[in-house]
Amino acid sequence: MTAIPVDTERAARDLPDDQPWKRALRRLVHRRGAMVGAAVVLFFVLVAIFAPLIAPYAPIATDWGAVRKAPSWAHWLGTDEIGRDVLSRVMFGARASLEAGVVSVLISLSLGIPIGLLSGYVGGLLDGVLMRIVDAMLACPFLILAIALAAFLGPNLTNAMIAIGISAMPAFIRLTRAQTLSTKVEDYVEAAKAVGNPHYRIVLRHILPNILAPIMVQATLAIAAAIIAEASLSFLGLGQQPPDPSWGSMLNTAKNFLSQAPWMAWWPGLAIFVVVLSFNLLGDGLRDALDPRHR
Amino acid sequence: MLTYLVRRIAIIIPTLFFVSIIIFGLQQLLPGDPALAMAGEERDPSVIAFLRHKYHLDQPLPVRYGLWAMGVLRGDLGESIRINKPVRDLVLEKLPVTAELAGLALVVALVIGIPAGVISAVKNGTVIDYAANVFALWGLSTPNFWLGFLLILLFSVDLGWLPASGFVSPAENLKQNILTLIMPAFVLGNAIAAVMMRHTRSAMLQVMSADYVRTARAKGLSERVVVLKHGLRNALIPVVTLGALEFGQLLSGAVLTEQVFTIPGFGKLIVDAVFNRDYAVVQGVVLCTATAYIVLNLCADIAYFLVNPRLRA
Repeated sequence: MTAIPVDTERAARDLPDDQPWKRALRRLVHRRGAMVGAAVVLFFVLVAIFAPLIAPYAPIATDWGAVRKAPSWAHWLGTDEIGRDVLSRVMFGARASLEAGVVSVLISLSLGIPIGLLSGYVGGLLDGVLMRIVDAMLACPFLILAIALAAFLGPNLTNAMIAIGISAMPAFIRLTRAQTLSTKVEDYVEAAKAVGNPHYRIVLRHILPNILAPIMVQATLAIAAAIIAEASLSFLGLGQQPPDPSWGSMLNTAKNFLSQAPWMAWWPGLAIFVVVLSFNLLGDGLRDALDPRHR
Repeated sequence: MLTYLVRRIAIIIPTLFFVSIIIFGLQQLLPGDPALAMAGEERDPSVIAFLRHKYHLDQPLPVRYGLWAMGVLRGDLGESIRINKPVRDLVLEKLPVTAELAGLALVVALVIGIPAGVISAVKNGTVIDYAANVFALWGLSTPNFWLGFLLILLFSVDLGWLPASGFVSPAENLKQNILTLIMPAFVLGNAIAAVMMRHTRSAMLQVMSADYVRTARAKGLSERVVVLKHGLRNALIPVVTLGALEFGQLLSGAVLTEQVFTIPGFGKLIVDAVFNRDYAVVQGVVLCTATAYIVLNLCADIAYFLVNPRLRA
């Protein structure tokens, strides 16, 4: 008779008497990709916070004697078309990108979760109407809807964040509704109903905490998408307005000087790529940690 | 089959109705009087009164929606206030350019994404699988406009092999047309290829552990036949539907790609309209893309129904 192989390390990590969140966190810590992603995200958050202290120059300070200079000791990542330091602008640009990523997703969450909970819990005609509206919003391609909203609201970073937040909202409504539908038939929810809990208490105390895990995963991945969307809107001139820096608006300027000053395009693009990749790695890791079936 | 079709089409009607409300509602987001916004620099009261009457701004909101929706149903998407041309004509003029770009991008996505997904699933857990997953993450994380710049720098500025921008109609010069679209199609197809790769890998992993695949192997069929005939043919069924959902991504990406490579398509039309405050064009383009998305998803669902014998039974 052959012995059944036991993964003792995994078994130790998944102790049954542990809280699920602790177990998920322990699984997340063991995922190298997710940890690298988290470290890089943290690095960019620190850069964004301390940009005024660590940036070598002011992001809007021009130097007409150093126009479109290649990377050098004085300007590590070179200068732009009016002599501004690219490194300083990339550092300050992290603020706009991360702010846009987080705020847009918070807008999506603050609207999407209540609507999804309402739709899934109440059901019936309300659910039918809300879902048709969500279908209609999903039918408008994400960036095109964001462009149209930003165009009608007016081009600036705040409106870009609102536009991205509203455009990304349907995915959260769908996800919250689906999770609510499957959770509301669980025994513990039925028990909570049977003892006479009011509806708001059942939704907020018994359903919401149990559906947060997949929403958190989706939110992490949505931050990555929102950062690309903000960069896209700024690239089109519908986000952060000059002279304030954002990675997308820096690329918008860089497109006119591609052959003369390619470094103007390299660094902001690389920054977007690294941050988005890190959020994707973190999101994938979170998904695997919170739902082990994905492993 | 007929019942399924009727039910599926019936769902489209309320969706289209809400799409029309969202798109009509966009105009209401304009701060202040839309007639003033449309009049631009000119604040001549007679011009403003004319615009208000022409666009029914002096009517109550439900009446305005009704008039607008009736116009849309007749194919009247309004008129561009900057070019003085019907929006429908502008859309029809730009559509073939974006359709060609999107079609080529889809070919790139399928040619890269599906084989990469199959190989990754067959070599599950190996270095090849790991490399394919890295490729997918790279594709999902790269902003396509930045990738466009990098390709322009390499293939146009450094090597001089491909034109950096512009568009030549295929009727005018087919070779030049293809040369101008190689980089944009790759840029646009890259992210979709990553998604297709993930879908194909996941579907193949599921299919390859099915009983009928084990039976095919037990019969002594070659691995190539097992993978391609028994595995891929079945794995492609969900990939068709999931792939259709990427059509929206294709259109969104086209806006940026056309901007990077100065291609006069649908995307450039909406961006130019935004900066010209040509709101009827913005509404028209969003309406057309949403309708196209809904129709293509319907086609994908029908295709899914037709190719899956279990659903027909």
